[in-house]
Amino acid sequence: MDDIALRAERVSKVFGQSRVLDDVSFELRRGEVLCLAGENGCGKSTLIKILNGVYTPEAGAAFSFGNADAVSRITPHDARALGIHVIWQDLALFPHLSVAENIVFDDYVASPFRPLSRRAARHEAREVIERLGVPLDPDARVEDLSIARRQLVAICRVLRAGARIVFMDEPTASLTRNEVQTLLEITRSLSAQGISIVFVSHRLAEVLAVCQRVTVLRNGALVGTYPTEGMTQTRLSQLMTGRELTLTPRHAACSGEPVLELRHLSRTGEFEDVSLTLHRGEILGLTGLLGAGRTELAHVLFGMNRPTTGELRKNGKPLKMRSNRDAIRNGIAYVSEDRLHLGLVQNQSINMNTAVTVLDELEQPRGFLAPRRLRELTAEWIRRLGTKVSDAELAVSSLSGGNQQRIVLAKWLATKPDVLILDCPTVGVDVGAKAGIFEIIRQLADEGMSIILISDEAGEIWMNSDRVVVLKAGRVSRELAPNATTEASLEEIINA
Amino acid sequence: MSSASAPRHAFRLGADTLEIGIMALLLVASFSFFALMAPGFLSAVNVRSMAVQLPELGLLSLAMLVPIISGGLNLAVTFTANIAGLTTAWLVQNALGDAGVIGIVAGIGAGLGVGSAAGFLIGVIVARVGAHPILVSLGAMIFLQGLGEFLTRGGGISGMPAGFQWLGSGTLIGIPIPMLIFLMSAGGLAYFMQFTRTGFSIHMIGSNLRATEYSGIDVRRVLIVLYTLSGLLAAIAGMVMLARFNSVRVGHGESYLLITVLACFLAGANPFGGFGRVLPLVLGLMSLQVIASGMNLMGASQHLATAVWGAFLIVVMTLRMPFLKRS
Repeated sequence: MDDIALRAERVSKVFGQSRVLDDVSFELRRGEVLCLAGENGCGKSTLIKILNGVYTPEAGAAFSFGNADAVSRITPHDARALGIHVIWQDLALFPHLSVAENIVFDDYVASPFRPLSRRAARHEAREVIERLGVPLDPDARVEDLSIARRQLVAICRVLRAGARIVFMDEPTASLTRNEVQTLLEITRSLSAQGISIVFVSHRLAEVLAVCQRVTVLRNGALVGTYPTEGMTQTRLSQLMTGRELTLTPRHAACSGEPVLELRHLSRTGEFEDVSLTLHRGEILGLTGLLGAGRTELAHVLFGMNRPTTGELRKNGKPLKMRSNRDAIRNGIAYVSEDRLHLGLVQNQSINMNTAVTVLDELEQPRGFLAPRRLRELTAEWIRRLGTKVSDAELAVSSLSGGNQQRIVLAKWLATKPDVLILDCPTVGVDVGAKAGIFEIIRQLADEGMSIILISDEAGEIWMNSDRVVVLKAGRVSRELAPNATTEASLEEIINA
Repeated sequence: MSSASAPRHAFRLGADTLEIGIMALLLVASFSFFALMAPGFLSAVNVRSMAVQLPELGLLSLAMLVPIISGGLNLAVTFTANIAGLTTAWLVQNALGDAGVIGIVAGIGAGLGVGSAAGFLIGVIVARVGAHPILVSLGAMIFLQGLGEFLTRGGGISGMPAGFQWLGSGTLIGIPIPMLIFLMSAGGLAYFMQFTRTGFSIHMIGSNLRATEYSGIDVRRVLIVLYTLSGLLAAIAGMVMLARFNSVRVGHGESYLLITVLACFLAGANPFGGFGRVLPLVLGLMSLQVIASGMNLMGASQHLATAVWGAFLIVVMTLRMPFLKRS
């Protein structure tokens, strides 16, 4: 167990003016699952890229493997020879090729003129699939598979290529709870086979469940390496952020007047007979497994889709919407779970992304849209939400996840909504920024905004909701007060 | 990321400034080169002829720029120009011939209306059906071509009244009328794209249509407006062509189609949508005209000038790459 698979010492990296890694040491034992933890921008990816041979570290670093002599850098060729592989979040598979072709792909890179035999590929792929014990069809096309299955393909591929050290970058980010469990089990079985695994994840519960040790980086420096035994999520977030995050459960009893009422709302194939009342100043947690109809319900409340039957009432009056423009006019805003594709126009500027929802207010006589007013609006929101922005003319994609989410909040708060629907608002946001976003959300509720908080993280819901509604297969299965339950039992109810 | 945030007004070479700079440089370089090398390049005749030739391609390029910024393409611009020209020519010659200036104005109005209608139709189909603009406008292009050839039986209409021809050959305060029409259209379009809601929305749609829709923008309306505008600009090009040649025929200016796309990309419009500016396009078009006229004066063939245009696009794109990667 104490057999070292990889040891890196005095690793530094400088990009331009900034030192993104500063004298970091890293040690990975054979067959262990190690977590590399830290906030966005702490240097995790840079370290992985150095260990994988993509970047060259500054002079003075030393890398050693088992008993071999130390070297001053790892070349991509070394990384291959040593069996170091990275499974990036985007998986880097070929969607149009079959599972088998993806798995054996590396063979063809090695010998480009070798004729491709589908039969041999299928046979070889099946061997790896069986070794891993996963339900994959070698003939299926990768683009037809779920994200979870694709991930298995990526794992098979590195196994096939003789991986001995595997880095997994945010492998659980887009998986459902059951899929996460499967992945964690596979991770354990790989480590039992003597493969060392470095796990990168923002979900601390998973980190603590699967890893034996955790190495924490902060601002490019090593904080330390700790055994996960006896480690708590709170302690780990403290190590990652260097701050104490004190968020007490909300659990306010709310008795404001009803703002949004759903009466027997149904949409064929998505959800059925949902009746709910959202009160003024309330945070209503809406949870359930992926596919329980949460997002589908939110789309109807935001006017993107029409309900098949049932009624929606806003401030006591019936509300019929033909598009999301009607929803916005009626004070309903929706923060999408898919910030990358639906929440923001990534290539366009921070200014434009903030102003896009309130163009009619910014417009002056004769249809003139003054760039100055646009900039003022953005500057005001950036200040109010404490967003870190160096230049609001830059593309919004230049911001970190947490700051992007603040811009999404800004663009919706600018419409002065009284109902704010938040669909998984902390996806891809790191620990410190998460706390900041919930602080904003709670303050909005205190100021009288009614909020629907959709999330599948029981802890998040339990901590921040005044009331929780659990959806199951498109129906309301439970409605409960968080103070009548514990985080663990809420988790059980969601998964039951 | 949290460290060292730049001061708010720190110097930054913005993408727009960069494109304008590249195009201005290209224009100055090509102008100086031919001013030195081509005999008679600076003569009044040559300058005037450049100012008269540029607007046709220029207006068609403006008609192409708007859909390109929205992430689409309008392949029907040249035939839209033809159909608009035919409409005007036919009306002025047959129905409105006796009405004098009023007849000409009405004929032009009808031509512009037909061009806009062609664009409107493309816009409606793109917005409602959700088909790719390349397919829709390709269909519209072939449709307009066939329709025009059928109506004219492959021939053309010639002989416009003198009042109309003035639009092609006259000058106002020393500036040829076609140039004036082009500059006014370009100025109007630049204002529209930079300072109106619809212009704003066209940029957003070009980068991500769905996210723009989720933000509460009526993307269908924006698509319809932008293709209608494209049709209108193409129809203005049709009027200028009709006035300058005193005749119109289906297929006239057909070879401009891909050149308009080239001009837009030369001027830094993003092939994937979302970005593109009018000013660099105008400067880029001027360079293309300078190259064509200069080479003509030096005795080179028109075809060689076209080859040089293509080479220019490749060179400029190559030079631009390091800047794009940095941002």
